[in-house]
Amino acid sequence: MARNNLISANHSRIKAKVRKFIIHLILILLALAFITPLILVISASISDNSAVLRRGYRLWPVGAPVVNEDGEEEFPLGISLEAYEFIFQDASQLLTSYRVTIVVTVIGTVVGLFLSSMLAYVLSRPDFPLRRIFSFLVYFTLVFNGGIVPYYILVTRTLDIDDTLLALILPFLVVPFYVLIMKNFFIKLPEEILDAARVDGASEWRLFYQFALPLSLPMLATIGLFYILMFWNDWYTPLLFINKAELTPLQYSLYRIMADLEFLTAHMTDLPGGVELPPIPLGTVKMALTVLAALPITIIFLFLQKYFVKGLTVGAFKG
Amino acid sequence: MYELTQQKHSKLNKLSSKTRKLLTRRNFGKYFTMFLMALPGIAHIVLFKYVTLPYALIAFKNFRAVDGLWGSQWVGLKNFNFLFGMVGKGWQMVRNVVLYNTAFIILGTLIGLALAVFLAEVYGSKMSKFYQTSLFFPQFISWVIISFVGYAFLHKSNGMINGVLTSIGQEPINWYNSPQYWPVIITLTHLWRNLGMSTVVYLAGILRINTEYFEAASIDGASKWQQVIYITIPSLVPLISVLTLLSIGSIFFADPGLFYQVPRQYVNPALIKSTEVIDTYVLRALRGGGQLELAAAAGVYQSVVGFIMVVVANWVVRKIDPESALF
Repeated sequence: MARNNLISANHSRIKAKVRKFIIHLILILLALAFITPLILVISASISDNSAVLRRGYRLWPVGAPVVNEDGEEEFPLGISLEAYEFIFQDASQLLTSYRVTIVVTVIGTVVGLFLSSMLAYVLSRPDFPLRRIFSFLVYFTLVFNGGIVPYYILVTRTLDIDDTLLALILPFLVVPFYVLIMKNFFIKLPEEILDAARVDGASEWRLFYQFALPLSLPMLATIGLFYILMFWNDWYTPLLFINKAELTPLQYSLYRIMADLEFLTAHMTDLPGGVELPPIPLGTVKMALTVLAALPITIIFLFLQKYFVKGLTVGAFKG
Repeated sequence: MYELTQQKHSKLNKLSSKTRKLLTRRNFGKYFTMFLMALPGIAHIVLFKYVTLPYALIAFKNFRAVDGLWGSQWVGLKNFNFLFGMVGKGWQMVRNVVLYNTAFIILGTLIGLALAVFLAEVYGSKMSKFYQTSLFFPQFISWVIISFVGYAFLHKSNGMINGVLTSIGQEPINWYNSPQYWPVIITLTHLWRNLGMSTVVYLAGILRINTEYFEAASIDGASKWQQVIYITIPSLVPLISVLTLLSIGSIFFADPGLFYQVPRQYVNPALIKSTEVIDTYVLRALRGGGQLELAAAAGVYQSVVGFIMVVVANWVVRKIDPESALF
């Protein structure tokens, strides 16, 4: 009797181990599959361009082709930085785009977080007289909106801010969905602390600024990260509204390079007319630009992703 | 004494007690401060989401730039005809967006749930950080960058896939000229980018389940698989339902990054017929001077029909299980 129990106990232990192993296997394969595109782009950016033209992009960086003894071409593994060297010969457009994106992202995130959290805080106070109306105004936008054409008309005709920095920042300062997440968080703030401060004569503003905000730093960091993502990766807004080269943000600049060979040659080679253009290692340059456009956000992600995932799992999302 | 007070404040008595509370000096200051604090946020929302609503009327007009929005002639629902196939090919984009989104919802939910269950099994182990990171990082990559990644895979002569095909003796495929492959390509790309988010949300839901249920179940001899079916999934039903209802509300909406950038519609017109959705149509109309009133009609259609669908679906769900409804 006891022996049967032992046997089945061992069986289920082995079954558990096998099951765990299979799950890990599936997850590893999936994780690697998810990373593969990243690896492809990085190694393509440090490959030799003529190797790419002959054989296509590969997962391993490929050096310049050599002719071996049989007279055939060989493609040795190796790193070639020619794409990056080419880009940094004249990086002015790239730097401009970086600057625009950084300015838009920083201003947009800071101002947006500030305005949204103020609104969310007020909405979380049960004694605010206009709470029902304001909440409805915010909630309703989640299920209904007027469409892109009205938005376009508003920005270009009524507000008349197209082709300005403001057009990249203003429309996104307050995002109703984030306001609601923040509001749900503020509702859970410990009342005792706020009451104590109120008894001491603190105004609502001070309650918000000196108590609510510091108590919600993790939540603000998470939403802040959403904002950063939204601004950094925005290519749609500049596509609609921006024409000036000096206001071209990073992702949009990348898109223009893909869409418009003239944009690429005009901004990558800054030589006086009449001089022969050196051959542009186009294939690898495109990949190198991609790496440069994705680099900052990837670094931020790697540093902050533990807060990010934690923020989501700890119920910043519920409701 | 009481009567005197009554006479003195006779005017105030007419107001409701709530309003009276509001107008006391101490409260008014506090509420006014709160109002000022909320004002910028609300003003922004009102401006961008409500002031824009009248402009949607352009969908019902025969818009001429000369006459402006208000001077143009009213034509009722004529501009909506193209969406229903009565004129031209507008129905194609409606069909595309509904089919794609349906596939996205079904696959996204099933795979997201499965992955969340797996991740919950190995949660806390050394590798689990690596899994979550790699599943989640595509969220951080912009669609333009993804279109470059696609280029690296799918370019007809430089792309990795064709490179591999040629080296094993197969014919390379001109991906950017073959619309038939793109429903699969688009779906895979969508899953790659968005699975991380839904998996993490479901994982959060699973982690919130009281572990006592699982302990009791395994003492009773339930297998892991049975535990998943009888504990995990039922606990997640409200969450799944809310997310699905939200997705149904946006079933006519598509991410232009996925449908415009990834197939590079701007240089590959051949792909338009299998990747065109309402949002790409509107995008092209705005950029290339297409007919604004048709694009506006498409936008109104998206919002109105989507809204109706959410209300109906929510009503149905509410009848079955009120916990799972959206509102």
